[in-house]
Amino acid sequence: MAELDTGGGGGKHKGGKVRSKKQSTRVDMTPMVDLMFLLITFFMLTTTLAKPQAMDLAMPDKNDNKQDQLDVADTRTMTLLLGNKNRIEWYIGLVDNPKTPPTVENYGKDGIRKAILDKAKEIKAATGKDLIVLVKPSDKSNYRNLVDILDEIKITNVQQYAIVDITEPEIGLLKRDGIY
Amino acid sequence: MPKVKVPRKSTAIDMTAMCDVASLLLTFFILTATARQPEPLTVDTPTSTVKIKVPETDIGTITVGEGKVFFGVKGQDIRIAMLEKMGERYKIQFTPEEKKRFSLMESFGVDIHQLKQIIALSGADRNKPGLQQGIPLDSVGQSPSQMHEWLYQARIATKEINDKQMRVSIKGDSKEQYPTVKKIIDILQKQKVNKFSLITSLEGMD
Repeated sequence: MAELDTGGGGGKHKGGKVRSKKQSTRVDMTPMVDLMFLLITFFMLTTTLAKPQAMDLAMPDKNDNKQDQLDVADTRTMTLLLGNKNRIEWYIGLVDNPKTPPTVENYGKDGIRKAILDKAKEIKAATGKDLIVLVKPSDKSNYRNLVDILDEIKITNVQQYAIVDITEPEIGLLKRDGIY
Repeated sequence: MPKVKVPRKSTAIDMTAMCDVASLLLTFFILTATARQPEPLTVDTPTSTVKIKVPETDIGTITVGEGKVFFGVKGQDIRIAMLEKMGERYKIQFTPEEKKRFSLMESFGVDIHQLKQIIALSGADRNKPGLQQGIPLDSVGQSPSQMHEWLYQARIATKEINDKQMRVSIKGDSKEQYPTVKKIIDILQKQKVNKFSLITSLEGMD
């Protein structure tokens, strides 16, 4: 296609001018464009979708000073115990004297989310105050359970919640229901 | 009646302009993309519905998976400052070459006494699974755990260099048992870090 006319050599073509055949300069760009868009799609998806999300979590300040600690009303405290096999047990009130019997639930829309929403409504109607949720993960629960339950709390828009250490009677409760 | 002849036109379109646009966009996306750093410990983060992105600077990430704990800070100057402080604390001398190499490591997870060997390895060898056994979480006698020290020095370094509070994020594996996560939270709370982020990936509402 592209030949250089060296001029001075002049050996082969005596007399006659070397004329290359005029060809069209148009190249078919379609496959190139295809490739380009493929790469664009790839880079767009990897840059914007791969970025992880950050869930902010504030823990209660560990203060040994007893005077600063406030007791919470047991009538509006819902305790969620995270057991194994992705199950949750919840009750309202104190562990030795629960206002509602401890119930085992699943995670997700029809399980714990419904329970939280129902109870939040009930307590709002009864006391005029918001529900307080205490999350107590047991040693048998995993990290995904913790994130899932925090997510449910965010979805149900519970404003007051805390992650608290689990106590012996509560572990006993989980054992009784076979999720520890 | 004469027939009306429609002139046949070529179906080929000039693709040059389209090609121009495509390559312009491609160049843009390649330049803005940040290359994914290889991690010594790959974790499968749980999903959540939150939509807040992880900040790019002044953040320390504690990676938890398979019972091991890794730690990494953003920013090379902060990493060097952190290593110097840790060297002073544990009486280990690091050469400038080692500091330079350490500043390029995204995260690490070894006992500080083995850190020199890890620094000496090449990037690919370093990230072989099973080589780095995680930063010790348990306190020895009166002195706090190494994880505690790393975090503390990283926070000081961030404050000194960028004059900002370092954010702490925990990147845990979905299957990680809660006690390991609890240990990390306890270490954070001991330093009065009560607010931190959990790194999750995206999920739908249900």
